[in-house]
Amino acid sequence: MSPAMVDLRGIHKSFGTLEVLKGVTLKVESGEVVVVLGPSGSGKSTLLRTINHLEKVDQGYVSIDGDLLGYRRVGDRLHELKEREILKQRTHIGFVFQNFNLFPHLTALENVAEAPLSAQRRSRKEVHADAVRLLARVGLSDKENAYPRQLSGGQQQRVAIARALALDPKLLLFDEPTSALDPELVGEVLDVIKDLARTGTTMIVVTHEIGFAREVADRVVFMDGGVVVEQGTPAEVLDRPHHPRTQAFLSKVL
Amino acid sequence: MSVSARPLPVTHTDDETDLASLKVVPSRHPWRWVGVAVVLVLLAQFLHGLATNPGWDWPVFSQYFTADSILRAVGVTIQLTFHGTVLGFALGVVLALMRLSKSPFLQVVSWTYVWAFRSIPLIVQLLFWFNIAYLYQRFDFGVPFGPSFFSFDTKDLIGPMSAAVLGLALHQAAYAAEIVRSGIISVDHGQLEAAAALGIPRLRQFRRIVLPQAMRSILPNAANEVISLFKGTSVVSVMAIGELFYQAQVIYGRNARVVALLMVATVWYIAMTTLLSLVQYYLERHYAKGALRNLPPTPLQRVRAQVAVLRAKAGANR
Repeated sequence: MSPAMVDLRGIHKSFGTLEVLKGVTLKVESGEVVVVLGPSGSGKSTLLRTINHLEKVDQGYVSIDGDLLGYRRVGDRLHELKEREILKQRTHIGFVFQNFNLFPHLTALENVAEAPLSAQRRSRKEVHADAVRLLARVGLSDKENAYPRQLSGGQQQRVAIARALALDPKLLLFDEPTSALDPELVGEVLDVIKDLARTGTTMIVVTHEIGFAREVADRVVFMDGGVVVEQGTPAEVLDRPHHPRTQAFLSKVL
Repeated sequence: MSVSARPLPVTHTDDETDLASLKVVPSRHPWRWVGVAVVLVLLAQFLHGLATNPGWDWPVFSQYFTADSILRAVGVTIQLTFHGTVLGFALGVVLALMRLSKSPFLQVVSWTYVWAFRSIPLIVQLLFWFNIAYLYQRFDFGVPFGPSFFSFDTKDLIGPMSAAVLGLALHQAAYAAEIVRSGIISVDHGQLEAAAALGIPRLRQFRRIVLPQAMRSILPNAANEVISLFKGTSVVSVMAIGELFYQAQVIYGRNARVVALLMVATVWYIAMTTLLSLVQYYLERHYAKGALRNLPPTPLQRVRAQVAVLRAKAGANR
């Protein structure tokens, strides 16, 4: 078996005295779409944030394509990386936030172009052409020069997805991408994510959309109380859950 | 045609007039007009006093308003303000970033600086710098407590003008640091997370993401500081530097026309402050980009639009 693309081992994370993650181990293969479900406070967002080192883990490690995140291994010691190096590692990981977090003073196009321009690998012209293409891909060709506040929630989240794609990441992380949206806007965002899933992008999606999980996920992971309770194909986890906590959760949301 | 489930309270009448065809009467504000009248009368009285009271000494005022010595003094005042602002805010930004950095060392240094320079009255500090040559005759560059490689006479290094700029800038930096810091912490934390998640380098995060958004709350306070520094340069008159207020004092010391010369200084201060306020307005507008859905028109644009409307009306009546 090929080594997993994302390898989380024994992740522990506490905020003060509250232990949010109590030893999570999870592997994601290249091209796989993993949907993480679970009740509020089960630690699923925190888990996602540890993957790109927005949260530092207390114990355990995260590696992506064999690269340890946030540390460099020298012999039998782990050296903490400088912030500059961590920032560089993050350029391989796209992150989509629940609250979009678009830069309000930049237009949609500038939002998408910002990260590639700061990486300074290509000319401004190429980057802009790419940004135009990405906005077209999420169905926002006519909104290039709009500021985020002039867009609907669904449009803003689609810009945020285009922005996360701009660095051509190996891995995309979605933190409840539709939770801040009005019900009628959820569909347009999920459609974009489904499209990405079909093109073979590796992604981990934290969501409450069971229907989306059923349709798109290669694997569903159910978390509760800071641990992975159960995982498997959507049919296994959603239709024939083994664990009583999974059954209780699904009976509430379905 | 009836769609409404419950009848409208006021307009439920038996005749079936279409409400859209009725004339709309805008609400009236009679007290506004009363207020305008009162203020106009008071203003007229004040202007009448200015024109008729010989105490204001207008001939002397106009004699000195554009006199060479006064113009030169205005130049010095502008120079002091400019250097004080630029150096003060440059240092202020650095201090603010130090205070917000993760390094406890930088935090303490920044905090101590702000504490020290906010504690010392500006005038006291200026006098210290002015007399620095008395405290330290020479500046030596070399090994601490050891031999020196080259040295300067303090008198040559820090003249009265640089002492003044130094004092103003160092004082300003302490206040600028707090203003910039308040602006930076007012930016939503999600913005930093998004920038960090995109791997944007720290300096660029600050320059492209944080600062433009912080500017919205920095600008009004910063403009206050610049304007107060501009007038605060008059404190420098204690160092016998020929800025506007000092020059006015020198002249009325000679000719005893105190009111006229104070008015010369006042009108210059007002004129320059007006200019700064205009700059502030357009800068704030620039940084409001994206913060408002649509920018409201500027007063100038509003006047132009009004004129256009009146013209159109006049054209239609003809």
